[in-house]
Amino acid sequence: MSQMGAPDPEQLRARYPGIFRRPASARLATPAMLLLAIAVFAFGLVDLDFSPTRLLAGLHQLGWITLMMLPPDPGSSLPLYLKALGETLSIALLGTSLAAVIALPVSLLAARNVVPSNIVRFPVRRFLDTIRGIDTLIWALVWINVVGLGPFAGVLAIAISDFGALGKLFSEAIEAADRRQVEGIRASGGSGLHEIRFGLLPQVIPVIAGQVLYFIESNTRSATIIGIVGAGGIGLQLAEQIRVLEWQHVSFLILMILVAVAAIDWISGKLRFAIIGRRAVA
Amino acid sequence: MTTAVSILPTQQLAELNRAYRNAVARRRLRLALAAALFLAALVIAAIGAEVNLKTLFTYFGNFVSYFDRILKLDSGARVWTDFGEWFWGWRKWLRLLGETLLISYVGTLIGAVFAFVLNFLAAENTSPNPRLRFVIRRLLEFARTVPAIVFALIFVIAFGLGPMAGVLAIAIHSSGALAKLFSEIVENADMKPVEGIRSTGASWISCMRFAVLPQVIAGYASYALLRFEINVREASVMGFVGAGGIGQELVVAIRKFYYSDVSAILVMIILTVFVIDIATGWLRARLFGKEART
Repeated sequence: MSQMGAPDPEQLRARYPGIFRRPASARLATPAMLLLAIAVFAFGLVDLDFSPTRLLAGLHQLGWITLMMLPPDPGSSLPLYLKALGETLSIALLGTSLAAVIALPVSLLAARNVVPSNIVRFPVRRFLDTIRGIDTLIWALVWINVVGLGPFAGVLAIAISDFGALGKLFSEAIEAADRRQVEGIRASGGSGLHEIRFGLLPQVIPVIAGQVLYFIESNTRSATIIGIVGAGGIGLQLAEQIRVLEWQHVSFLILMILVAVAAIDWISGKLRFAIIGRRAVA
Repeated sequence: MTTAVSILPTQQLAELNRAYRNAVARRRLRLALAAALFLAALVIAAIGAEVNLKTLFTYFGNFVSYFDRILKLDSGARVWTDFGEWFWGWRKWLRLLGETLLISYVGTLIGAVFAFVLNFLAAENTSPNPRLRFVIRRLLEFARTVPAIVFALIFVIAFGLGPMAGVLAIAIHSSGALAKLFSEIVENADMKPVEGIRSTGASWISCMRFAVLPQVIAGYASYALLRFEINVREASVMGFVGAGGIGQELVVAIRKFYYSDVSAILVMIILTVFVIDIATGWLRARLFGKEART
């Protein structure tokens, strides 16, 4: 036994070269990818007209703008801004609710355990994907063409772009539901609609409610920006004040947005906890 | 074998039934109250947003016919009958799409670098100084709460029209969003290697480099790729405020009612987003599939 001793590393190296030397492709992969990433970055800087002088001049300008923003001051248009903020919150609430109402029946069609047929499910899913691929701002522009300028276009823009996102999330929630309760309803002689109403929905509704609340929260942010293209709300005022270079108003509006978003965050966090918490207790 | 179902005496049964009905009634009442509150909020919101259901119904036809119109060429034929005419500007649009991708790439990379530098200072377990952490956290919160397009509006004035404003806006917003995600990864990292390195007398930077970084780098790259995906969408609308990319063409086409152009550009944007989604998904699975599985 003791004759074997420790194996000679040189011998081992000669016998199993593959273990001691990683192949060149593996060793070079990381530096090559890094190099490629940096090359594309450098090309991008050149192609997008980055220049140190422009950057410095811009930063200088930005510094002035920041100085002029202080202190935030709404001037005499505070009531107008508060009304715009209310409009933004209304857009977020209405748009999300509308989206949820349309998304629920469609998501049933996109869920594997409700509609087993691929022929229905596949086009519904691709349809939802396509709607999600278009940004809310683009939808806002389209709706402005259809219903004219104003918050109503914003509501519809939020509703349709969230319809795509919520439809997908709802269908995932439905697919994750437990099948046994549905089977129980079927065993006791329930119809297909009964299965959905009493077997599926009680499991899915709390999840869906949580997601809808989260979307109302994140749509408060989206609703602030759709005003930039003319779809109502505080974004409209913000874009307007930036265009006329009223920097104190701009900083006040940004501050209002930050406070509103934080407040909605807090409220929806409480509500979500209440919904999920109650379910956990029951 | 059959089991006998025991039936309770009627008196006891009535008692239980009553309790059950009470419990259900109480729950229903609470649900109805919540629904009523929600409906009231909706009505108030509807008044605030000047929603008019009648106009919605009259305009819904417009919405359908709008999609009918954007799928028609000037000659009245359907767009897919003549691809050459439909995508007449494909050279220019492809170049602008390329610019959009570059904006999101450069913006994401700059944002990721900033997030990388700042996240160790913002994470609870690695921050060298609580006061510094507080300041950096508030800054990052600000950067991610203000939407990128608002930054773009301001930057267009400071840096002039063009893609540079878009890149910087995306970079700032992404650095806020990424730093939060990054610091959450760091907070979940194992601290024992850090103690090991520190016990050898290493500096804070060496601790981060040799103890934390190897644990978190894969997660960072995965989140950065995800962010790139989001930023492609974001960059596609930067042109709305004059910050470069395909958005400029799209907004002109929509505002000036160049119907078939709208659908052509939309199709190109959707296809690009799909391709990027699939490509980054594939890349993430390839790069980090192994780590994710263990």
